[in-house]
Amino acid sequence: MSDTDMIDAVLDRHHHDGTRLMQILRETQEQLGWLSPATLTHIAKAIAWPRAQVEGTADFYSFFHTRPLGRYRVLWSDNITDRMLGNTDLLEAMCKKLWLEPGRVSEDGLVSVDVTSCTGMCDQGPAVLVNCRAITRMTPARVGEMVGLIRSETPLAEWPAEWFAVDDNIRRKDILLAHDLVPGQALAAALERGAEKMLAEIKAARLRGRGGAGFATGLKWEACRSAAGHGAGAAHYVVCNADEGEPGTFKDRVLLTSYAGLVFEGMSIAGLVVGAKKGLLYLRGEYRYLLEPLESALAVRRDAKLLGKNILGTDFEFDIEIHLGAGAYICGEESALIESLEGKPGRPRIRPPFPVTHGYLDQPTTVNNVETLAASCLIAAHGSDWYAQHGTEKSTGSKILSVSGDCERPGIYEYPYGVAVRQVLEDCGASDCQAVQISGPSGMCAAEAEFDRKIAFEDIPTAGAFMVFDETRDMFEVARNFAHFFAHESCGFCTPCRVGTTLVRNLMDKIARNHGSPYDIDELFKLHRLMQGASHCGLGNTACNPIFDTLNKFRPAYEHRLMSLDYEPAFDLDAALSQARQMTGRDDAAAHLKNGAEA
Amino acid sequence: MNAPMSPPKKLRVATTSLAGCFGCHMSFLDIDERILKLLELIEFDRSPLTDIKHCGPCDLGIIEGGLCNAENVHVLREFRRNCKIILALGACAINGGLPAQRNHLDLRDVLEEVYQTEHLLGRGGIPNDPELPLPLNKVHPIHEVVKVDYFLPGCPPSADAIWKLLTDLLAGRTPTLGHGLLHYD
Amino acid sequence: MNNTFQLDGEEIPFTPGQTIMQAATAHGSYIPHLCWHPDFSVHGSCKLCTVKVNGRFGSSCTMEAQPGMEVENRTAELDDKRRTLLQMLFVEGNHFCPSCEKSGDCKLQATAYELKMMSPHFDMFYPDRPVDASHPDILLDFNRCIMCGLCVAASREADGKNIFAMGGRGLLGRRVHVSSESGKLADTDFAATDRAASICPVGVILSKRRGFVVPIGRRTYDLAPISAQVTEKAP
Ligand SMILES: Cc1cc2nc3c(=O)[nH]c(=O)nc-3n(C[C@H](O)[C@H](O)[C@H](O)COP(=O)(O)O)c2cc1C
Ligand code: SF4
Ligand code: SF4
Ligand code: SF4
Ligand code: FES
Repeated sequence: MSDTDMIDAVLDRHHHDGTRLMQILRETQEQLGWLSPATLTHIAKAIAWPRAQVEGTADFYSFFHTRPLGRYRVLWSDNITDRMLGNTDLLEAMCKKLWLEPGRVSEDGLVSVDVTSCTGMCDQGPAVLVNCRAITRMTPARVGEMVGLIRSETPLAEWPAEWFAVDDNIRRKDILLAHDLVPGQALAAALERGAEKMLAEIKAARLRGRGGAGFATGLKWEACRSAAGHGAGAAHYVVCNADEGEPGTFKDRVLLTSYAGLVFEGMSIAGLVVGAKKGLLYLRGEYRYLLEPLESALAVRRDAKLLGKNILGTDFEFDIEIHLGAGAYICGEESALIESLEGKPGRPRIRPPFPVTHGYLDQPTTVNNVETLAASCLIAAHGSDWYAQHGTEKSTGSKILSVSGDCERPGIYEYPYGVAVRQVLEDCGASDCQAVQISGPSGMCAAEAEFDRKIAFEDIPTAGAFMVFDETRDMFEVARNFAHFFAHESCGFCTPCRVGTTLVRNLMDKIARNHGSPYDIDELFKLHRLMQGASHCGLGNTACNPIFDTLNKFRPAYEHRLMSLDYEPAFDLDAALSQARQMTGRDDAAAHLKNGAEA
Repeated sequence: MNAPMSPPKKLRVATTSLAGCFGCHMSFLDIDERILKLLELIEFDRSPLTDIKHCGPCDLGIIEGGLCNAENVHVLREFRRNCKIILALGACAINGGLPAQRNHLDLRDVLEEVYQTEHLLGRGGIPNDPELPLPLNKVHPIHEVVKVDYFLPGCPPSADAIWKLLTDLLAGRTPTLGHGLLHYD
Repeated sequence: MNNTFQLDGEEIPFTPGQTIMQAATAHGSYIPHLCWHPDFSVHGSCKLCTVKVNGRFGSSCTMEAQPGMEVENRTAELDDKRRTLLQMLFVEGNHFCPSCEKSGDCKLQATAYELKMMSPHFDMFYPDRPVDASHPDILLDFNRCIMCGLCVAASREADGKNIFAMGGRGLLGRRVHVSSESGKLADTDFAATDRAASICPVGVILSKRRGFVVPIGRRTYDLAPISAQVTEKAP
């Protein structure tokens, strides 16, 4: 098949529908390796979109390549937990063996090696993605073997299967992970109750969103349900947010691996309540390997009459489609996610209007986290009274934590809400703990004095990440890793975050190079104050949290590195003469400069 | 009771042009007869207007031009060490200005092009006399290397703007420039 | 309550559905802004229009006016933040006003004058950005782009052409795409008479051969500060 025939087949499969551009681009790239200018022109024509818009989508996402990046594209997950497991040395070793600089393509067009944001394998890192396929537990030996396989151009399908093994590592189960529901049981109970009573149960159970913001699920569903659809395509939609981009979070991956039925059933219940016939699951590109198993799970449910028309013999109709993301943390933000579902760059919308009235295709849409939807099954099956007995008054039910970092047993821990940080640390075998980053970089950094605080909406709310740092860790480096993360993931839409995240990153790098002064610390505080109030969305608003927290709780980690009390340049003055020295061959005293006060 | 008024001590002012074109200094001189009034209040230390070679302790240091070479860095730091207040005068000191247009090129390519291309300065090769300051890889505005207290943009700033800013500073007022005085071009 | 709100203590009338920016502008009150234009749908990206409403920050170009709102606008706190935002816009691009044809007519520059921005404050980024001189009548110099999206909106909403789209991600990636495979403006049906040709608030989209028709010193913001021209007809 020629390239254009191939692209046309993809386009046909998606009915030349521009709102499906993400899937069209991904499937095209999976076959052609990259998206050439001619490919983009061809696709733009076929979907009748302005070419610039197609290009705008293509170059927004990290995993779409608008220039060739090699037949093997190796991306090292660069979360702080991967760092702690030694990914930097491994990446360097790999580049050395391949005679490559990170980010560059080898001259023969064979391979490129670079870093990417957390791939959600923190409990089994260091992790990589090769051509968007997840590989866990990298070791020096694996690096050597992998380089051999790349050099011999061995297809990925023939690489050792155990490299692609992703473990659940479930360490503690509570009401959700230990559920005893059979497929269809929760949905049948919901159908029996009917939409309105089901909504009442969700409200009575006081279920709140597990994706981070903690919004009351019942209110969200109610708002969506009572919003009218608009125009010719009037409809309601359920969207399951499986973008799971917050570094250190991997519980949705486990739910989708071993509890997918429960998640789909939760989506169906949501569909019943809000009056939707269609659900969309937005799966982060890093979890590409889950696509086929999830598709099969959907097929099984369709066969069992749990999806499709006349579900369980009623007139309820609902089906689910899976959309893959392509490497953009911002697409976890619900309105950016919807933009992405519509084939556009993941740019958060202006709100109001909110998705519950104007969401996917401008129709009323409820966006819920994977875990929220799964939890709704428990409420459907066991009722709100039973559910609300678990957890605390303000935080009913349970929370799944993704534990990683310095502990003996990283993995998945489910607790009733209200569990103390110290308890989790004890259970996972974390001794000499210095700090825990809870809910990821955008969350909070808890120091020893706060270990008796509780995981709950009323105390420490969390989307699930729980990264442990022992006494040997440098909390400045932790914060610097997060600063790099936000600078890489800022969508670039609004000024304070687009420029601010890079300024913060640069200041942190300046301090790391021992060029900092108290002036730079004041600058960090100033940027925090600006970005927190003026940014367009949650990313920019929270991007300075890890800096602010560590500056308050671990200030000496910064101060050790300051060069002087005076203002210092960010760059090395002597290195700034390097090119002239090289060209003139000079090395006399006047051919050098020193940072710091001059004698 | 107020102390009897003694003749006010003159403020000592140093000026220099780093990677600039002396345009800002020329604009300074454009304050014309007002300079006489100014000289009642200030005396010059190191400056293109005097013969003093090194900057001594001063109240105010005025810097024109950005940082293009090692010598610029030395002079700037000498000023910062000796002056209570540093004023960045003009576009080049503030954002690199015209000289910074070379920042998009690799310095090595620039040197090669200029000194090793036959029809230009070719024959002599790249000068390596230790007396000559080495160029920096990139041109920098001065606030990237020392703390700068006041800025007066313009290419060059107008004489009126310079006058306003200096008289404010000398009078101990925080300088403010109204409409028409603040200009980037 | 009647349909008015307080802007720095001044009573501003509004019609329901109007944003704070629309109401203030209609009343002749200046709220700093760069990406908002009365003729086009809101973008909300520059954040220069950030105000404080009942103690909380928000973008006045997107926020609907409500009766009785107390809106802070030109306070020292907000103008400080705005100055920092301007400094961010200056350092992320390459702005050398002395050699820019837009100087004197430029909204970024005029807003920076209004807010007394004396220096870029941050270290300069000196990014490498493209210049496109392919079109016979129009020059594109993206060194000065502030990502306001107005060219995108004008081409779509006024010209019906979709010549531009915003793409890329983050500081390094974000840019305006031109709708042709070569990326060149000459390969589109862009015309000098398009609304998009005159919409850019800064010096990116410029007409060729019109340099210095109006001399420096007599240009839009030489005549009066931007805050005194709120009700002037926008270009
Ligand atoms: C930058 C950013 C990233 C986000 N990432 C996620 C995510 O990966 N998964 C998620 O469920 N919610 C994420 N959210 C929260 C969503 O916007 C939304 O609140 C959530 O999906 C709602 O589901 P819930 O009510 O079930 O929690 C993110 C929010 C922001 C601002
Ligand atoms: S805050 Fe950051 S991520 Fe959010 S819209 Fe602005 S630039 Fe994009
Ligand atoms: S666009 Fe405006 S601010 Fe930028 S260089 Fe031109 S005149 Fe100056
Ligand atoms: S080219 Fe001009 S109008 Fe278009 S986004 Fe950039 S600054 Fe705005
Ligand atoms: S004018 Fe409101 S964000 Fe730009």
